Parts: sequence; structure tokens; C-alpha cells
Amino acid sequence: MATAANEDRVHYDSVESIPLEAINVANPYLFQNDTVGEYFTRLRREDPVHYCAASRFGPYWSVTKFNDIMAVDTNHKVFSSEAKLGGISVQDMHSVEGALELEMFIAMDQPKHDQQRKAVSPVVAPSNLLLLEPIIRERAGAILDSLPVGEEIDWVKLVSVELTTMTLATIFDFPWDERAKLTRWSDVTTASPETGIVESFEQRREELIQCAMYFKGLWEERIDKPGGNDLISMMAHSPATRDMPFLEFLGNLLLLIVGGNDTTRNSISGGVLALNQNPGEYQKLRDNPALVSSMIPEIIRWQTPLTHMRRTALEDAEIGGKQIRKGDKVVMWYLSGNRDETVIDRADQFIIDRENPRHHLSFGFGIHRCMGNRLAELQLRIIWEEILKRFRFVEVVGEPERLLSNLVRGITRLPVKLHAH
Amino acid sequence: MINVTFVSADGTRRSVEIDEGLSAREAALFNSVPGIDGDCGGVCACATCHVHVDQAWMDRVGPPEEGGMESDLIQFAEGTTETSRLACQIPMVPELDGLVLHLPELQH
Repeated sequence: MATAANEDRVHYDSVESIPLEAINVANPYLFQNDTVGEYFTRLRREDPVHYCAASRFGPYWSVTKFNDIMAVDTNHKVFSSEAKLGGISVQDMHSVEGALELEMFIAMDQPKHDQQRKAVSPVVAPSNLLLLEPIIRERAGAILDSLPVGEEIDWVKLVSVELTTMTLATIFDFPWDERAKLTRWSDVTTASPETGIVESFEQRREELIQCAMYFKGLWEERIDKPGGNDLISMMAHSPATRDMPFLEFLGNLLLLIVGGNDTTRNSISGGVLALNQNPGEYQKLRDNPALVSSMIPEIIRWQTPLTHMRRTALEDAEIGGKQIRKGDKVVMWYLSGNRDETVIDRADQFIIDRENPRHHLSFGFGIHRCMGNRLAELQLRIIWEEILKRFRFVEVVGEPERLLSNLVRGITRLPVKLHAH
Repeated sequence: MINVTFVSADGTRRSVEIDEGLSAREAALFNSVPGIDGDCGGVCACATCHVHVDQAWMDRVGPPEEGGMESDLIQFAEGTTETSRLACQIPMVPELDGLVLHLPELQH
């Protein structure tokens, strides 16, 4: 049997020459070198519900077309998110020795999922976001004002990371001077040793325990204070969450940190890249800044910051004519469904004034649909409105670097030069 | 044609006509009534076409089926009440001609 490293680096001359049964789209290197799209195009055409019999993640089904993905995502009674069955990513949860076993509602089924989600959902509901908008806008403006014009800078580090961390600090009412901790914990939560972010699963465990202790401190400060629109106060006061076991408390906090961090960060970077690759679209935006509202969902579709969600079949089922067996691992590739030309017009093009831009899979559908979708859109809208006020052109001046991950579609470095009006 | 009146959160009333057989979601979207997003395409997979059915019409529209997908989704919408429904799940049938639906301020 091939080792994990060999399996990932097997090289073929072209995607078309690979035997169908040998295709393994979960190979993280395909995301790092951004070639996975060619594999998905082939699967959508030749084998839209594809079985990979052997990979380092075990055997799994790939669902690659929009409507099949929708059918799985909305069938939560058959397709489970439960962590103990493997959870929500192609890499099983709880499968790595020494890893901390976090409990998050994203990886739970009904009824517990529903109770916990309902408890934290109000913090990212539209009416609460209206209260946060002026603070986010002011802080975003300050970050953009601090950037040097005309010099090469790393957009990811100085803008995307800063802005999402700032927003998270705002919704948690997190001590401002310590907000870099949030970025670190977010990175550590999704890290395995091969990413270089942590050296071992033991180190990850240690850092996450420090994170938990820190939040426990904030929780204890706030539990006896009435009110508070921040997430920690809400969790401390809600009957559904206040008596949560420790690992659940930690898991749900980290879920909200990762959910609000890795994703929007990469949509901020991905938007700049897409506009540079499509100068005609950038010009449309300069000519008509009101297009920001339809551009934001298009950026989220185009980037698809989470490439997939995974489910486990609780009983035999059929998807797109294929027989799925009880216990099978089913991966919904949102990144592929978002390029499905049978559902999305000119799906392979970035078009900022689409007629129906919100009809994309990046937030998922069904009961696990992204809870923070409105916050993500709000953040992106504010950022683009503030960028357009200040800069004529955010010019990409070097090759982007991408994250080695089959889950988070990440841009780790994006050299840009800013041009003022 | 079926007539539907949408009442915005600010009290604005908009009366529209829609073909029988379509849904209240389409009645709003096809007539450019603001306040309904309908992200999923009308297949009961999100909750961005949340409406409050006018009390006078609740008997005819009825509640969402208990334990069904609509109930599962609607519990995560903001500001739900006993008259909350997803507009995509309200079919435009002759008995609902004249229906009045109240729109939330924002969709989550």
C-alpha cells in the first residue's frame, strides 16, 4: 500500500489520463496547487457521485453536482453530522491519537444540535448585527488607513487576518490588546502537524486548553452581569448553554472562532485576487460601487472558503443513481457544486452583477447552514465599501500562496500594492 | 391569478398578483417585493423567506408540519412567532386569494 506521502504525490500527465477509480479529490496537495478544479470538472461530467475506495482518509463518496449536494445537505435524518461517526470533514474527527476531542453543534444531530444552535444564533442574527455595524466599520477604516500606499505588502497578513480578527474580537467583546490570540487559536483548531502551524497534536491540545482557560475567565467575569450582546455573555446566560460540559463549551467557542475567522479571511483575500484576474469586473465595480451588494455573494461563491462538508449515512440511500450503504462516508464538495454549469449560468466565470448571486452552496443548506452568513456578508460589504473609498486599485503584484488543506480553501500570502485615488 | 398583500416591517403594504400553483415566495420575488431573499431557490432548504401569516389567514394557511423540514429550519430564523412560515411552502391556491403576509425586518 502506498504511504500517505506517496499517495498524495503520484503524478499523471493530465487529469484526463487518470483512471476514474484512482481519482482522490481529497488529496490536500490538489488544493495547495489549485488544480482540484480540473478533477471536479471531470467528475461532474463522467461520474458525479464518485467512489474513492482507498485514501488516507479511508473510502469515501464524492458528491460533486449542485442538486445532489442539496439533496444530501437537506436530508439530515439520513446523513448524519455526528462527531462519533466521524463528523463533518473527510478527515474523521476523533481519529487521531492525542488530539483533543472537541464537541461542537456543527458535528451533532438533532435534537442536541437544535438546542445549542438556537442558543448562540441570536448573536449573529441581523438585528444584533445592526448594533455591531458601526463598530466594525470604524475599526475596518482604521486598519485600512494604517496601510502604506505604493509599497508591496502582504494583503493576507495586514488586511484579511486583521479585519476578521477585529470582527471576532468585537462579537466576543474580547480584550482588544490580546486579540491576536483569537487568530492563533483559530489556526491551531484546524491544524495538523503537517501544516507547520503546530509541531504535534500534543502541542495543539496544550494550546487549546490554554484557550479554554482564557475563555473560562471571561465567562466567569460575565456570568453574573446581566445583558451583554456579546457571544460569551449570551452563552453564559442562556439556559441551553450555561451548564455545558467543558469540552462542549470549548468546542462551540472554537467553532464560532473558526467559523468566523478562516472563512471570511479567505473571502477577503479571494475577492482581491478574483478582481485582479478579471479586470473588466474590477472596472465595473469602480464605475458602479453599488455593485458591492451583488459582488459579495459572488465572491463567497467564487472562493468557497470551505471546500466541503462530510456526512455519514445512517441507512442505505441513493444519491444520483448510486447506492450508498449505511455507514458510508459522503463528502459534499461545495467547491464543485459552485461550478456546476447545469445550475449556475457561466459557473466558471467571476461575474459581479449576476442576476441570482445568492444561489450558491458556500453556506451549505438545511439545518446546518452557516449560522454566521449574515455576519460574513456584512463584514465583506463594509470592507469593500471602505476599500473603494480609499483606493483606486488594490493590485496583486506576485503569486498567491495557498494553504495545504482539503477543507479550508485558504490563501496564505497575497502580495499587493495599493494605489490611492 | 391569486392576490397577495405583503406588509413590510415599516408598515408599507404591497399587493401583487401571482399565478396559481406558484408559491408566496415567488409572489414576492417575481414582483420585486423587498424583504424576502429566498437563497435556496424555493426548495425549503434555508429560512430566508420567513414571513408571519396574518392572524385572519392563519386558519386557512395552517402551521408548518410538525417534525418536517420547514419546522426544522424555521426554528433558527430570527423573531419567529406562532404564525411564522416559510413563504416557499405556502402554495398559491384559490382559497388563499387575498392572503396577507407580514415581512420581518431582515432575513437571517
